[in-house]
Amino acid sequence: MTAHTGATPAQSLLSVRDLIVEIPTRRGVLRPVDGVSFEIQAGEILGVVGESGAGKSITGAAIIRLLERPARIAGGSVHLAGRRIDTLDSDSLRRVRGGQIGTVFQDPSTSLDPLQRIGDQLAETARLHLGVSRSNARERALQALIDVGIPGAAERLDAYPHEFSGGMRQRVVIALALIGEPDLVIADEPTTALDVSVQAQVLGLLKNLCRERGTGVMLITHDMGVIAETTDRVAVLYAGRVAEVGPTPAVLTDAAHPYTRGLMASTPNPIPGDKHQRRLQQIPGSMPGLLSVPTGCAFHPRCEHTMAICSQRRPPSVPVRSSDVGCWLHSEVPET
Amino acid sequence: MSAVVSEFASSTEAGQALVEVRALTRRFDVSSPWLNRVLQREPRRILTAVDDVSFDIARGSTYALVGESGSGKSTIAKMVLGLLAPSAGQVLIDGSDLSRADAAANANVRRRVQMIFQDPHASLNPRWRVGDIISEPIEAFGLAANSGERADRVVELLAQVGLSAADATKFPHQFSGGQKQRIGIARALASNPEFIVCDEPTSALDVSVQAQVLNLMRDLQAELGLTYLFITHDLSVVQYMADEVGVLYLGRLVETASREALFASPRHPYTRMLLEAAPRLDGFGREHVIDGGEIPDPINPPAGCHYHPRCPLANARCQSEIPLVRDVQWSRVACHEAEHTGL
Repeated sequence: MTAHTGATPAQSLLSVRDLIVEIPTRRGVLRPVDGVSFEIQAGEILGVVGESGAGKSITGAAIIRLLERPARIAGGSVHLAGRRIDTLDSDSLRRVRGGQIGTVFQDPSTSLDPLQRIGDQLAETARLHLGVSRSNARERALQALIDVGIPGAAERLDAYPHEFSGGMRQRVVIALALIGEPDLVIADEPTTALDVSVQAQVLGLLKNLCRERGTGVMLITHDMGVIAETTDRVAVLYAGRVAEVGPTPAVLTDAAHPYTRGLMASTPNPIPGDKHQRRLQQIPGSMPGLLSVPTGCAFHPRCEHTMAICSQRRPPSVPVRSSDVGCWLHSEVPET
Repeated sequence: MSAVVSEFASSTEAGQALVEVRALTRRFDVSSPWLNRVLQREPRRILTAVDDVSFDIARGSTYALVGESGSGKSTIAKMVLGLLAPSAGQVLIDGSDLSRADAAANANVRRRVQMIFQDPHASLNPRWRVGDIISEPIEAFGLAANSGERADRVVELLAQVGLSAADATKFPHQFSGGQKQRIGIARALASNPEFIVCDEPTSALDVSVQAQVLNLMRDLQAELGLTYLFITHDLSVVQYMADEVGVLYLGRLVETASREALFASPRHPYTRMLLEAAPRLDGFGREHVIDGGEIPDPINPPAGCHYHPRCPLANARCQSEIPLVRDVQWSRVACHEAEHTGL
């Protein structure tokens, strides 16, 4: 099934296998994540893209076990650098969070303590996860602020979060995510709240810092342009399942899954000098709610290539060119 | 060269101006209460959200205002709709000024001006049925003789935005975000308007649904001859929808041009930065060359040209003298150095 990643769970930095997240409710058990598998290698940026309700953020939260009750992991496994982390007790988990996995969320103010100085927050994280001395932690905090391009970093160490602008605050959160020298950073819509000029600065920063340090990144976003410019590989999620995962240029220019193709054709693209306004293609309908996920392939009611099998059985993930694709167009339809 | 000029010029001469925005300015007093000011010896603090903005919107065309947060785009929308009084300047809709006209004349102008909101979940009354939401403007402006005629009109409007007649009896929560935005569009169309102000109409929607709504808006414009003021921060949407584009930075219009001219040869350094920063679908591994810095504090904006602290071309003149809007090739640009940004 994973013909192209070529790596076993033991070799990959992060290996997510058949992950299932369930939410028991009075109206039945919901599955916002339903059998998601992907790998991230060291130094690689994997984009996780999908529309609202695709299960992107819940997948990220499940990996670091920040699911809100009553949501719970109901199946599958998560390995980080060969070690299984989805079954860890809470003490070991605390060392993984912040130490081995750093996180950047959409709203920087939720990641920072408003009552604590920036320098103290950074130093505390460094001391906790790296076991360094107070003075060394302070030096590391300063270096971390310099690395993320905060002007006048030495003076800003003693500033409070509210004294920073939105873009600067998100830089501080990136510094905080990286100061524990993690192997993996999970960034959930890190630039959605920022203006486009600041977004470009922050994404460039995240990309370059992780490249230099060999840190793997799981970048969750709904923006195909951000995916194109920032990621090495991309997983396209639909209704809690991976529609397609593969190298970013291949998936975006030569998608094998009809949903990915539809997503690309419906995205307006600002090309300087382009005078033509091609009519945008549209995918009929919208993402199904969790209470009414269609049978078989979840995309089949909106798909222009629907066959009889699509509404009956869920497509397996098969290698197509350089990607893994879950679509009956690319699988042998089994004899019934 | 001349072929290019005529091509760029054609869209501006297409129609007569339906909306004229003249030297529009809006200031907000954001001072602390009087006693705090006295005790803390603080001066009054005035935020100039919109600063001397002028533009025309040709009949039947789409004028896009683009800018980042704090640029004043939504404040302009409110003043154009007459929901907020300007501090100076005026808005003329087909020659009449909403803030001056008497009530009777005003009602007629208001019928011709409608709005589509950003958040479809917040802009529909959750306790009203869709049919009632859509028939409200018909009733308010007395556009139907009786309830039967009104119901027919609601069915017609629902069909126009791609919904079914049966949807009239449902409540807003029974619809997805894209469908709710269609309901919002049907309500805007209910009073037979000529001019619709659209404030970020698709930024709350997913991309596949955004395509449905943008296509619907273009189809309706072609069918009904509508004029749009389209407000957005998303350049890709601008390129898809606009005929003319105005770029705002900290309340000032820094560049206006036809869509073709703006995307082919942006003149203002800020416009060029915005185009450079926008992520592209084919920009694999692209490294951005971005002017540093962020949008400054709008209460104490930089003197002279607001963009000078971030601008690669800035010189001493930019720090002291506000650049006036002038023609540079196919664009109208407020920049001392615009000649030097050319290709």
